[in-house]
Amino acid sequence: MFKHESIETNSGLLIVLTLVAISIGGLVEIVPLHYINETVEDVKDPVTGVELVRPYTPLEQRGRDIYIREGCYTCHSQMIRPFRDEDLRYGHYSLAAESKFDHPFQWGSKRTGPDLARVGGKYSNEWQVAHLVAPRSVVPESIMPNYPWLLENNLQYADIKDRMIALKRVGVPYSLTKVEYESNVKRFGEDVAKKLDINTAENNLMAQAQKGNYDGNPNKLTEMDALVAYLQVLGTMVDFKKFDEDHFIQFR
Amino acid sequence: MAHSAALSSEQYNYEIVKKFAIASIFWGILGMSAGVYIASELAWPFLNFDIAQITFGRLRPLHTSGVIFGFGGNALFATSYYVVQRTCQARLAGGTFWPNFTFWGWNLSVLIAGVLYLFGYTQGREYAEPVWFIDIAITVVWVVYFLIFTITLIKRNQPHIYVANWFYMSFILATALLHIFNNLAVPVSFTSLESYSLFSGAQDAMTQWWYGHNAVGFFLTAAFLGMMYYFVPKQAGRPVYSYRLSIIHFWALSFMYMWVGTHHLHWTAIPDWTSTLAATFSILLLMPSWGGMINGIMTLSGAWDKLRTDPIMMFMITALSFYGMSTFEGPMMSLKSVNALSHYTDWTVGHVHSGALGWVAMISIASFYHMIPRLWNTTLYSTQLVYTHFFLATIGTILYITALWVSGIGQGLMLRAFDEYGNLAYTFVETVAFMHGPLVARAVGGLFFLSGMFVMAYNIYMTITRAKQEEPVSATAAAQA
Repeated sequence: MFKHESIETNSGLLIVLTLVAISIGGLVEIVPLHYINETVEDVKDPVTGVELVRPYTPLEQRGRDIYIREGCYTCHSQMIRPFRDEDLRYGHYSLAAESKFDHPFQWGSKRTGPDLARVGGKYSNEWQVAHLVAPRSVVPESIMPNYPWLLENNLQYADIKDRMIALKRVGVPYSLTKVEYESNVKRFGEDVAKKLDINTAENNLMAQAQKGNYDGNPNKLTEMDALVAYLQVLGTMVDFKKFDEDHFIQFR
Repeated sequence: MAHSAALSSEQYNYEIVKKFAIASIFWGILGMSAGVYIASELAWPFLNFDIAQITFGRLRPLHTSGVIFGFGGNALFATSYYVVQRTCQARLAGGTFWPNFTFWGWNLSVLIAGVLYLFGYTQGREYAEPVWFIDIAITVVWVVYFLIFTITLIKRNQPHIYVANWFYMSFILATALLHIFNNLAVPVSFTSLESYSLFSGAQDAMTQWWYGHNAVGFFLTAAFLGMMYYFVPKQAGRPVYSYRLSIIHFWALSFMYMWVGTHHLHWTAIPDWTSTLAATFSILLLMPSWGGMINGIMTLSGAWDKLRTDPIMMFMITALSFYGMSTFEGPMMSLKSVNALSHYTDWTVGHVHSGALGWVAMISIASFYHMIPRLWNTTLYSTQLVYTHFFLATIGTILYITALWVSGIGQGLMLRAFDEYGNLAYTFVETVAFMHGPLVARAVGGLFFLSGMFVMAYNIYMTITRAKQEEPVSATAAAQA
């Protein structure tokens, strides 16, 4: 009969058996998620067939970088659960597909402030800027810090191509070559594909900031432009009106 | 007694244990001060002072890394190096250089990572915020740590590997596995501090919470159980209650913990089966957890009078009680129906702190009060101050978790309340206003706990100073060892 003593007297055996014991759980629960296709829903426009969830534009991605820098995830989630109160408060529950280009994910674990998964389009740019600069000027009971420097700091985007190339390495379909661009045209449509082209990243970033005028000051490209552009796109990519009400239940 | 201790300081490498122990107390005070400050920011937001570096979002990772990796990490290095030498009756492997390498490598990594958070450099992954090059440095330190620990085990002059060392070994292996896989990322460039994680969305969430929960399971639980299995029997002067129970405890805990991380993702966009599996294993985990608690507390059987006379023992038994309580609360919160209310609220934060303050910090504090006088071959400066510390820590912890039960359960209930017409009864910001009172009480609870740490720092400082004055000869001998 096997005696536990043989493990206690052999450090090699102790190490090997411990490694076996601690590896199984992760192997069973995580590895399949990379291979089961249903883990992330296929969300295509029912009419045109283009993919609705697209990678972030260069400006939105820079906004996301700032969101991470400021630690917004320590107080805000980006994950709506399928409950009636959350549906009324925030909107349709979050799909896995909606964060499939999020490196890293920002689902969060704490709501000191409200969920932001569908904050895009809920408030005007002016409101977002006023709220970020001084939250209590628009929501008196808020306990959020002020972020006045977002309006003062110029947005750094010299390394935007490096960022997009790094994201491309981890699987985000930004395009460098003609072939990759054409493939994006097929997947996302021509308008979106243009914005995902790394070669024109700087122009795209400036054009979006100019056109969107997110921070209310067209003469200055600030961190506020990028962050508001990011907040305004959150949760807006999938138009749920295009689907039957219970369409996504099959994936749960 | 004094004679044998003087001998051990030559036989064993105590210098490295001393360094880690002092660093741990330093980080404890720093990390908990940051904690009290950010808790106050939530109660009184003007404390953010419009200074980017001290806003809640940037300071919070400094608090978590400071207490987990600074305070907890150094405490684990200190006690594991102490316990492995004592129980193997062998001097620590790696001479003086390699243990010192782990000391400076670890502490500089945590320090640099912490300063970088303040300037906005973070990976944006909870409890894995350090930037990519720090992650590489930590990996190197950890491999050296593993080798030092393992080679010391191999050199042992005892046929058996003592149970505390199994837990330390499990912690070292699991932490390596978790750290490496969760931090896989591609840097923006080799001169950039920023990187993008290899995984995205649902897969990234799974990996992160597999890491996140097992950082709790192995870093903050298994390793501290190693501490418990050595220091509780030592302080009680009795053998471990049940040898069989410790075997079951060890293997069941090591196996089951790795399954439960997904309970942090109930009702999210991950496949339901992972959620169900995690909840099931979370419930099962109650058994080894309580087995361990019972094993620790029952070690005192026959010496219960120490609970009246020995404040260190009071710390230990209170720590085990909090361990039992939070390992009951945890499985309960991992039930999907309970989690629907508790998730995203302060209840989770309170739960973490009943484990972190009540269990992790208290068992470390008790171990330090036991170990530090032995390292310096002296006695504690003041037992009375240990009592003071004990009451500050206990009152602080209870105030903290009670306040966050009120805040968390209150917010959870308000958010799902409907009025008579079927509309939402409260806006989000009404729940924020409601939480002000509990958040003030929580900051006060944290302040109590922090004051206890200052009492400890003073007591330890006086103990060491007195030891150096009293026995200059033995102190020099120790310094040369």
